[in-house]
Amino acid sequence: MAEILVLVEHLDGNVKKVTTELLTKARQLGEPSAVFVGSGFDTAKARLAEFGAAKVYVAADEELTNYAVTPKVAVLAKLVQEKSPAAVLIASGPDGKEVAARLGVRTNSGVISDAVDLKDGLVAEQSIFGGATIVQSSVASGTPIITMRPNSTPPEAAAGDASEEPVAVELSDTDKLAKIVDRVVEQKSGRPELTEASIVVSGGRGMGGADNFAIIEKLADALGAAVGASRAATDAGWYPHQNQVGQTGKTVSPQLYIAAGISGAIQHRAGMQTSKTIVAINKDSEAPIFELVDFGVVGDLFDVVPQLTEEVVKRKG
Amino acid sequence: MNIVVCVKQVPDTWAEKRLTPEDKTVDRDGVDSVMNELDEYAVEEALRIQEATGGPESTTVTVLTMGPEKATETIRKALSMGADQAVHLTDPALKGSDAVQTSYAMAKALGTIEWDLVICGSEATDARTSLLPAMLAEQLGVAQATFARKVEVDGQTVRIERLTDSGYDKVEATLPAIVSVVEKINEPRYPSFKGIMAAKKKPLTTLSLGDAGIEADKVGLANAWSTVNEAEAAPPRQAGEIVKDEGDGGTKLADYLASKKFI
Ligand SMILES: Cc1cc2nc3c(=O)[nH]c(=O)nc-3n(C[C@H](O)[C@H](O)[C@H](O)COP(=O)(O)OP(=O)(O)OC[C@H]3O[C@@H](n4cnc5c(N)ncnc54)[C@H](O)[C@@H]3O)c2cc1C
Ligand SMILES: Nc1ncnc2c1ncn2[C@@H]1O[C@H](COP(=O)(O)O)[C@@H](O)[C@H]1O
Repeated sequence: MAEILVLVEHLDGNVKKVTTELLTKARQLGEPSAVFVGSGFDTAKARLAEFGAAKVYVAADEELTNYAVTPKVAVLAKLVQEKSPAAVLIASGPDGKEVAARLGVRTNSGVISDAVDLKDGLVAEQSIFGGATIVQSSVASGTPIITMRPNSTPPEAAAGDASEEPVAVELSDTDKLAKIVDRVVEQKSGRPELTEASIVVSGGRGMGGADNFAIIEKLADALGAAVGASRAATDAGWYPHQNQVGQTGKTVSPQLYIAAGISGAIQHRAGMQTSKTIVAINKDSEAPIFELVDFGVVGDLFDVVPQLTEEVVKRKG
Repeated sequence: MNIVVCVKQVPDTWAEKRLTPEDKTVDRDGVDSVMNELDEYAVEEALRIQEATGGPESTTVTVLTMGPEKATETIRKALSMGADQAVHLTDPALKGSDAVQTSYAMAKALGTIEWDLVICGSEATDARTSLLPAMLAEQLGVAQATFARKVEVDGQTVRIERLTDSGYDKVEATLPAIVSVVEKINEPRYPSFKGIMAAKKKPLTTLSLGDAGIEADKVGLANAWSTVNEAEAAPPRQAGEIVKDEGDGGTKLADYLASKKFI
């Protein structure tokens, strides 16, 4: 069966959920080989095996972590050349899209970004214009390089060998032009990651201040959800920018999205419109967010959200 | 120093966007067009760097656009914000180019301009691919410093803060480099009346394929490496249920969530 490369997203070997989704998808279309760049393969191995990676190409050289984007491109370009895979799957996200971008140019291949599904014949489905149009695309030249949105394929376990094959790459001088001199981690909350969560609870300008985000966090914790925010809330410094949902923030498509005190500006919608179920609480019945919702409450979020949290806690027992 | 800002004309942010039924490219005729919002931040950042590096005497800001004739409106806007001159790559043969082809053509156009630093937006709102800046860096073999919320130029060095999932990376590169910016970076200025008047007299160079040395069989819809085969409108969302809070809004919402098995 045709080999399909899946670039592993991980933090020191902790494999992200989206990678298990891509492995699941790759298994439906061919034989998945994972590509692991950086340190921590020992930690990652079990999970990659659990989701059916037959092989794992491991590029563990310390130097590869000193640069943004290019090391992954160099590793994948080498594998594309040597193994002629049927496709390369990469998680959508700023890093993933840029890896795909450079890999496409380097290997003379077409690139499709932000696929929400991938079907026989490597036809990619994309949801564009904020979910208004669905297109089917394919790559006509080179090796199809496709980035896929998190939460687009339900991960299914299936045992694989995950046998390790070391890959050695020499970075070219061009690959070393932009150096990462420092990595700053701004916050760790213990909550699910925004793009991976099956429920997201977001607050906007209607929250009125940083302290009030506690009521959003309480609801999120009751539901096991991630916390999001509109740009108005992140710009005001009420919540960290990594939690921003929208065009210039993260794109999420959870099973359930709850928006409190968010008007539903087009740039916000761009990041959440493909959520399966959408719920909003807003005191203005004319707020555009209500055009999108499956269920909406016109009311003050300071009354509605705590009451909802209490009910959730009560019913979950 | 020479800075080039890449600006793209896109359908108005709030417009209902669609693909043309004929060739499934973005329909740019039926809608109002504007400068891609993030590119306003790119222009603003270029102007701020110009101000910080000795002003127009020592630093030039050139606008570069690839797009149909009507994209001159967007070029004029960038010039009226304060950019010094513009290059417009326009040729019917470019229509329908995919991301890789666009990066090839833009790289060729950059070959006709003197530059040390290229500043892009991090994403165009029409296709939302975020591919071009990284592709440009690859085409040109220069440093890539993208998704910047802060940019600092110090002699031949550019330092940025690159947004990441968990915070940010400090990235350092030597010029020439391609930078892309996110909307956290600044607050774009509005063109002043004086700026608008001055823009009319600023130099604008138009490039065709031949002028830029672009090979015709490497661009355009017919030669695209990634193609849209089919497009259809997504099924409309069913109108949702909206209730007014009369002291029981939270409970009603909980009932709804329970009915959907979320709790
Ligand atoms: C280039 C660019 C990129 C952008 N990217 C993003 C992005 O990624 N993400 C994003 O979110 N935005 C983005 N924006 C900003 C976007 O245009 C909006 O300004 C922003 O989303 C508004 O946030 P908001 O809905 O929280 O605030 P507002 O629009 O001010 O809405 C607040 C809402 O809260 C309601 N409210 C107030 N008090 C209460 C209360 N007590 N109870 C209930 N409801 C209440 C109000 O009725 C109102 O509807 C971007 C803009 C630009 C130009
Ligand atoms: N046709 C174009 N002309 C000029 N700049 C462009 C063009 N397409 C993309 N760009 C630049 O690349 C950025 C990212 O665009 P994209 O990769 O299409 O999402 C934009 O914000 C622009 O700065």
